[in-house]
Amino acid sequence: MNIREVVDTVRADVITELYDENTEFKWGFASDLMSDVLAYACSDSLLITGLNNPQVIRTAEMLDIGTVLFVRGKRPGEEVIELAKENCITVLATEYTMFKTCGLLVLNGMEGIDIDG
Amino acid sequence: MADRLLKRYSYNVSANDFTAAGKGSSSIKNNLKSLGIDANIIRKIAIISYEAEINIVIHSYGGKLHCDIYENKIVIISEDTGPGIKDVDMAMREGFSTASDNIRELGFGAGMGLPNIKRYSDQLEIKSDNDGTAITVTICL
Repeated sequence: MNIREVVDTVRADVITELYDENTEFKWGFASDLMSDVLAYACSDSLLITGLNNPQVIRTAEMLDIGTVLFVRGKRPGEEVIELAKENCITVLATEYTMFKTCGLLVLNGMEGIDIDG
Repeated sequence: MADRLLKRYSYNVSANDFTAAGKGSSSIKNNLKSLGIDANIIRKIAIISYEAEINIVIHSYGGKLHCDIYENKIVIISEDTGPGIKDVDMAMREGFSTASDNIRELGFGAGMGLPNIKRYSDQLEIKSDNDGTAITVTICL
């Protein structure tokens, strides 16, 4: 699923620039626990979260995740946006809940990560 | 013959500073990139150093994060002053946490820090007592 499809599917606002129009996501990973993201998410994932603080962007940065989608109408603060810009991480925001966001994305072709073991 | 240390990057980490948390790991990541280290290795090291840095922020009175570069390995060393880890075996279990609710609200303290560090490391050594904790993580190149 590409980033334009994600934006359209969940009616997301693009909060930063859209740094790479050609971004393709192999997986979606939704969590408010950043350690779970660090344990399981891959670089070609879309990170979906309702947590709204700079550590979300730091976590994405560590994993080379290029796009973060905030759910439940969470609007990231200046600090979060600035850190995302520094790292060229695209920030999206949708009014939909985490569950609805994930449901819509799956219905439109996004897959979840399989956790081995 | 002992391995020769080629380069050391060091960063101070403050307790309870969640705004700055991750800056050291971010610098380590960028430095390793500029050295031309393989992207998969950098990703492992970034996760390890970030979890270690967050642990210092959450659990200690402050400490330091070092990234030592050798020819055949990279070693991340986290050393802090603080109460130490009471039960290292328990702390290695996924989901075991002593973090407070306000730490959990920040997305951490889910009991995955040390297990994540172990997951991405080739060798892990933890020394902890009442004065603090030292964690040495080796990643082979």
